[in-house]
Amino acid sequence: MIDEGTPLNSLSRIIEQSRVVVCAGSGGVGKTTIAAALAAEGARRSRRAVVVTIDPARRLADALGLGSLTNEPRPIDGEWGPGGSLHALMLDSRSTFDELVGRYAADESQRQRILGNRFYRNISNALSGTQEYMAAEKLYALHESDEFDLIVVDTPPSRNALDVLDAPNQLARLLDHRVYRVLTAPGRGMSRVVNRAAQTVVRAAARVVGAEVIDDAVAFFAAFEGMEQGFRERSQRVQTLLGSGAASFVLVASPRLDTVQEALHFAQRLDEQGLEVRALVVNRMHPVFPGASAEEARERAAGAGGRATPAGALWTNLADFRSVAEREGESVRTLADRVAPAPVVRVPLLDDDVHDLEGLAVVAGHLFGRVPGS
Amino acid sequence: MESFFTEPRLHIVAGKGGVGKTTLTAALAMSAAARGLNVLVLEIEGRSELPALFGQPPLGFKEVTLVEGKTGDMGTIRARSLSAHAALVEYLHDHGLRRLARTMIDTGVVEVISRGAPGMKDILVLGKVKQLERARVADVLLVDAPASGHAITFLRSPQGLLDAVRLGPINHQARDVLQLLTDGRRCQVLLATLPEETPVNELVETAFSLEEDVGVKLGPVLVNGRYPTLELPPPELVGRLTADEPQGAQLAEAAAFRRHRAALQSCQIDRLRKLLPLPQLTTSFRFTPALQAEDLAILASELERGIDALPEPARRRG
Repeated sequence: MIDEGTPLNSLSRIIEQSRVVVCAGSGGVGKTTIAAALAAEGARRSRRAVVVTIDPARRLADALGLGSLTNEPRPIDGEWGPGGSLHALMLDSRSTFDELVGRYAADESQRQRILGNRFYRNISNALSGTQEYMAAEKLYALHESDEFDLIVVDTPPSRNALDVLDAPNQLARLLDHRVYRVLTAPGRGMSRVVNRAAQTVVRAAARVVGAEVIDDAVAFFAAFEGMEQGFRERSQRVQTLLGSGAASFVLVASPRLDTVQEALHFAQRLDEQGLEVRALVVNRMHPVFPGASAEEARERAAGAGGRATPAGALWTNLADFRSVAEREGESVRTLADRVAPAPVVRVPLLDDDVHDLEGLAVVAGHLFGRVPGS
Repeated sequence: MESFFTEPRLHIVAGKGGVGKTTLTAALAMSAAARGLNVLVLEIEGRSELPALFGQPPLGFKEVTLVEGKTGDMGTIRARSLSAHAALVEYLHDHGLRRLARTMIDTGVVEVISRGAPGMKDILVLGKVKQLERARVADVLLVDAPASGHAITFLRSPQGLLDAVRLGPINHQARDVLQLLTDGRRCQVLLATLPEETPVNELVETAFSLEEDVGVKLGPVLVNGRYPTLELPPPELVGRLTADEPQGAQLAEAAAFRRHRAALQSCQIDRLRKLLPLPQLTTSFRFTPALQAEDLAILASELERGIDALPEPARRRG
């Protein structure tokens, strides 16, 4: 059944054998759609799949039953394989963070103190960093729950999307930071000199941002007292999961030059983390119309009397699309070389954006080579 | 034309990733410079393709000249990158905290501040934009804003900070920035999109959110990537023209594809017009192997034509 030779089967293998699939890529390349299509394909192949989306286009969200914001997996009906199922959830960073606090708080009063703190509300609402961290957290929670055997994660559409990999560490580091130690433990056995120097800095900071922010920060870290260990251990477990063979990274790009640059950047980040790209999906490719080169077609256009004549217009048009094909081919080659030996899968520019399960099935058809000519 | 760029002088170009926002920013800079205006482009995220479009290495915090002007003819285009970190250091220096700046960075207090009060980074960057606007460093300021989702957070940051920080210099800073953003005589936001379904939907959402939540003035919408017009023969003629041609099938398919995509694009452009009552400036899809100086010049002249054709109030006020 499993053929290791051809690229398409490799994407099949990822869907059939991975426990976690992380889709990485910049915004505007159709990453959410690809993630949803991969999860749906998993369900079709009898896996209990869940897709964690960040910010799906509204009509796709509706199609996935995510019309109203929900941080819990919702089942999606479809023709799945025996024993297979598909769930979807839209990440809500705030509730995920709240749940995490609930998990590690020693008691109800500690939980309440943290949830009510303004500094906490600020960091849990902040888009940058927290969203990446919460995507990793949600991923781990789903992994732990054992309800699913395939978890597909759509990363946030930011340049920092891959902070997902490092984010769990960041909070642990934040909690561990010596400034916080200074802030939260002014009189606890530290040398008075160090303390005084630190207090000067803190006072200066207060002058800039206002004493309220600093007071809130102090209250926040005081409230977190004792919870750091739990966070740190959990972040370690998330890292281990992402670095294990059970997790696959799929790079999603479009052939546009700017997104190619972003994709190269993502590939670099993954390299630095010692993670390999298991597959590259290049979405929204123009058709190729193989045959004459762009240059030959331009010459034929000129020979036919230029773009103002009917035949010249036809050749000009072909030359236009041959130029695009050459440009896109070059982009794909650059990316393919970068992620080799990972297989490359091309998905054509589709007429409409995907907003229902049928649309997802069409995308999956292209991803898994079921569409003639793709 | 000139008043489009100079009243207001600050233009924030925002849009989702992949819509060609940086290319549009470059083309806008070119068309303003073509009118003899001096332009300063401000890059926020720090690693855009903008300098490459002018054949230059990546930008730093120091200003570089992308296009040298000619007196009375072509304005100069300069560019620089803005970072929260550098802006904060500069801010501390300016506020008599020079010595402490280093310590604050080394001990991580800066990190605490930027994390604990999100929007702090954005406000520092916007504060720098405001300072440049006040100092009249150029006739036209173009800001290549962060991608869409973040653009809203970015432009909302002053309001958020006013709620979180009620006193002190940051509060003043946020107040000043908000004043700038909401003053249509000083600043407008140009939203960019592609003539495709999802980008159009997202643009409309962003537009309403920016108008309602932040109160910014929205300038014309930039619609990028429309296939340029090409007079293709009607399908029945295509069949006859390609009958004896070995590549006839490709010619016919490519013609059908162009017609089909162009129709889809027109639909989306009409839909955008219905959903969002703002004038549109359209730029074309470039069928070239790689975007070059000539392409940029073509996009710039398309923008110029579009700006000249804007309804009078939009042209005068915006």
